[in-house]
Amino acid sequence: MKRVYVNEKWCLGCHLCEYNCAFANSDETDMARALKDIKIHPNIQVEENNGIYFAVSCRHCDEPLCVKGCITGALTINDGVITIDKNKCIGCYTCILSCPFGAVAPSEEGVVQKCELCMKTHDGIPKCVQGCPNAAIVFEER
Amino acid sequence: MAIDYFYPEYEVARNNDRCITCRVCERQCANNVHSYVEQLNKMTSNDANCVNCQRCVSLCPTKALKIVKSDNTFKLNNNWNQKTMKEVFLQAENSGVLLSSMGNPEPYPIYFDKILLNASQVTNPSIDPLREPMETRMFLGSTVHKIERDKKGNLINNLTPHLKLALPIMFSAMSYGSISYNAHESLARAAEELGTYYNTGEGGLHEDFYKYSKNTIVQVASGRFGVHKDYLNTAAAIEIKMGQGAKPGIGGHLPGTKIVGDVSRTRMAPEGCDAISPAPHHDIYSIEDLRQLVFSLKEATDYKKPIIVKIAAVHNVAAIASGIARSGADIIAIDGFRGGTGAAPTRIRDNVGIPIELALASVDARLRNEGIRDNVSLVVGGSIRSSSDVFKAIALGADSVYIGTAALLALGCHLCRSCHGGKCNWGIATQVPELVKRLNPNIGYKRLVNLLEAWNHEIMEMMGGMGINSIESLRGNRLMLRGVGLNEKELEILGIKHAGE
Amino acid sequence: MLKEGQVRIPSGCAISGMFSKSGKTFNGEDIINSIEIMHDRSNGLGGGFAAYGIYPEYKDFYAFHVFYDNTESKKECEKYLEECFDVVCLSEIPTRKVPGISDAPLIWRYFMVPLPSKLESMELDEREYVVRTVFHVNTNISGAYVFSSGKNMGSFKAVGFPEDVGRFYKLEEYNGYCFTAHGRYPTNTPGWWGGAHPFALLDYSVVHNGEISSYDANRRAIEMYGYKCTLQTDTEVITYIIDYLHRKMGLTYEEIASVVAAPFWQIIDNMPKKERETHEYLRNMFSSQLITGPFSILVGFEGGMMALNDRLKLRSMVVGEKDDMVYVASEESAIRRIQPNLDKVWAPSGGEPVIVTLNGGNS
Repeated sequence: MKRVYVNEKWCLGCHLCEYNCAFANSDETDMARALKDIKIHPNIQVEENNGIYFAVSCRHCDEPLCVKGCITGALTINDGVITIDKNKCIGCYTCILSCPFGAVAPSEEGVVQKCELCMKTHDGIPKCVQGCPNAAIVFEER
Repeated sequence: MAIDYFYPEYEVARNNDRCITCRVCERQCANNVHSYVEQLNKMTSNDANCVNCQRCVSLCPTKALKIVKSDNTFKLNNNWNQKTMKEVFLQAENSGVLLSSMGNPEPYPIYFDKILLNASQVTNPSIDPLREPMETRMFLGSTVHKIERDKKGNLINNLTPHLKLALPIMFSAMSYGSISYNAHESLARAAEELGTYYNTGEGGLHEDFYKYSKNTIVQVASGRFGVHKDYLNTAAAIEIKMGQGAKPGIGGHLPGTKIVGDVSRTRMAPEGCDAISPAPHHDIYSIEDLRQLVFSLKEATDYKKPIIVKIAAVHNVAAIASGIARSGADIIAIDGFRGGTGAAPTRIRDNVGIPIELALASVDARLRNEGIRDNVSLVVGGSIRSSSDVFKAIALGADSVYIGTAALLALGCHLCRSCHGGKCNWGIATQVPELVKRLNPNIGYKRLVNLLEAWNHEIMEMMGGMGINSIESLRGNRLMLRGVGLNEKELEILGIKHAGE
Repeated sequence: MLKEGQVRIPSGCAISGMFSKSGKTFNGEDIINSIEIMHDRSNGLGGGFAAYGIYPEYKDFYAFHVFYDNTESKKECEKYLEECFDVVCLSEIPTRKVPGISDAPLIWRYFMVPLPSKLESMELDEREYVVRTVFHVNTNISGAYVFSSGKNMGSFKAVGFPEDVGRFYKLEEYNGYCFTAHGRYPTNTPGWWGGAHPFALLDYSVVHNGEISSYDANRRAIEMYGYKCTLQTDTEVITYIIDYLHRKMGLTYEEIASVVAAPFWQIIDNMPKKERETHEYLRNMFSSQLITGPFSILVGFEGGMMALNDRLKLRSMVVGEKDDMVYVASEESAIRRIQPNLDKVWAPSGGEPVIVTLNGGNS
């Protein structure tokens, strides 16, 4: 299955992936209108240390601890993609505690949010991948 | 300094309605133009630092940025224009030789733009390259006609070594040091995929790139940086650099700040020490000395490599080329006055040399008049900007062209002409690791391949239009060219007729 | 109006040729009939013939056919020829009055051998010596034009339709083993006899239908080897290329075909190794002698004839055989007119030479 991978050799730490993610998960068609004057909560976040940059998002693990720990069945695996049903989520945050990558986060609505590979919102290729200026983020089979 | 004579030449125009303060501009500017003002939640800019490289403009996700020419104006004067005045101010302040990068940007004539191409109508059919073979394969090397046969009467292959090009375009010399590792890797991989050649320039060949040596031309220049036995023997061809179009008559200078790590090792020059190539080769003060170097290199490589001699297009280029054609060289490369550079004294770059179109036309005609055109192939560079420039150069008499600037543009360069600063925001003309990584060769090489494949398609279309289906039949075919708006002397030198004739 | 040499004139054409492999001779009537049927492929602005084996009694002498504008140019040219050659016979070329042929220049014929002393002092090969004298006359003597200079062969040409030209020159009175013919359709009206075809140099003659797109590349290359393209016509440059490759370089006619109408690289790349190397060598070595753009040519030479199309076959050309006779023409009708019962008839593909020689001799 295709997943999002990051090659830190080419990651510039420009943070554009974060903004592309936030835009992709908004309901707007114009990025400026979507993101102007707000604090974004993207599902991909650039970690940096000592000049090394790495964008982190959900790994879509084969045996995901978040799904195992979900007490309402809000988190499920569909064809390898871990998705969240925001109607079922009660905001207990067990998943946030159990994810070893810090890839699940609370959303402004109180329930959790995470990367769903742009499956719900967009065409085949996640927006973070499409918008990466240096091909550091790739969407591929490994 | 109490008085600042310089108002910024370019200004950052930010559309605050579109700016989402993502700060990518700030993170991507090595010149510290952009900064974030937290209290206002706004970006601000220091225009004085801006070199107009367009990196921020290209990366801004909401297209909130543009760089505009400042309209601050000194009192208008047709003699003392703004640029001239600024240069006086600069030198009055720093007392230095002015430095510039990339090619001569001044408004001299561009002859390629005053030459038009022919096409077939009625008497001779045009050929559709989508339906018929259209050949752009070219060989470079000496083809002095001499037939030898074995006892059975079969032809003996007595040709000296040649370069085989799938398309008549090569990447010109740009050293590792003046450009980055990733830029070199992009060029090398593109040359391999395209079936053409790239050129190491005078910076040696990085050990990682020996695997591309079948597509590598190595350079021997006046500083002899990076030259050793394996370097010569691994290459497809060896180029002796006598001159460069951007700075004829002077040598090269790579500042010590760029001679770090691998660059130092590859150049075989001490770290941190300026690498200065002398103006002349100190073993070549005359044409007979050149012949000795040509044959020294042939001896060193067992007569298996074609030797290229690269010269700048200067006033008596035809006579010089005639001498080189008799020196044992297999290929002559001529670099026009618009050719690029990583750093050159501004006065030299902007005032020395002649246009490549005229140099090429006169060299080709001279070699033919002397009956020695077959001794050598001709490669020209010095601002080949498009496939039609390639086409016109070949019709004027070139066998192939070198492109440098166009290749760098494909890699992202926006011709800000600040290479000598070493802070290239596109990761090309820099050795700063965090800038170098901005050029991902996986993207870079593909863009180079795209560019040259596109040009090659266009060349085929133009050839087909005039009923030619092999590039050899275009070479020197000046009847396919017509001048517009050129005077008789210019037409005479170019060896072409005026449109309508 | 500018004439050939002052301006480049493209033209369409008809060609026809016939060759007896056994060396049997025949007169020029059939070739006139053959070219006549392709009347519409010419426009009356040029026609001509080359005939081989027609001067058996003078077969060891160079036969110069010369046009003169006036007696002064004739005087000057003859003075020059006498300095260079031993002229054993000179005469006006016999013609008859024919409607449609007018403004004839003076047309003279000379049988000559180079003066041995002169030849020796110039240290030249005999044929090179002859070529140089031809170039000298054609470029330096105003009003004189040598249009045929081979041994035991001759070219005959004029402004007019080819069938009229043939009758004008009384071709029925000449007997040879090979005739080629040309009807011209130039795209302007220079009306100069020297500009008609065939173009001949030594025993090489070329009739050509087409307009080559590689012209200036070919011209500028061949001029480097001492040739002067004074007419600026395709046929002239093709003749020089063939002379250069055959006489000076020693290539066979098969090899010449592989140079001027080279196979495409995609074909060469898939050939067996040895063949591939030969073709790659020839294309690389003689890249400036590749001819592109449409052409069908008939090359006449001593003891043989080669028919060749451009590599894409952009001009029609048909070959027919009957017993020892080989016919080549732009259209099959031109062959059927003179030989309705052919053993074999076919259209050679682009770049595929058809070479015929006397009694299977070497080409």
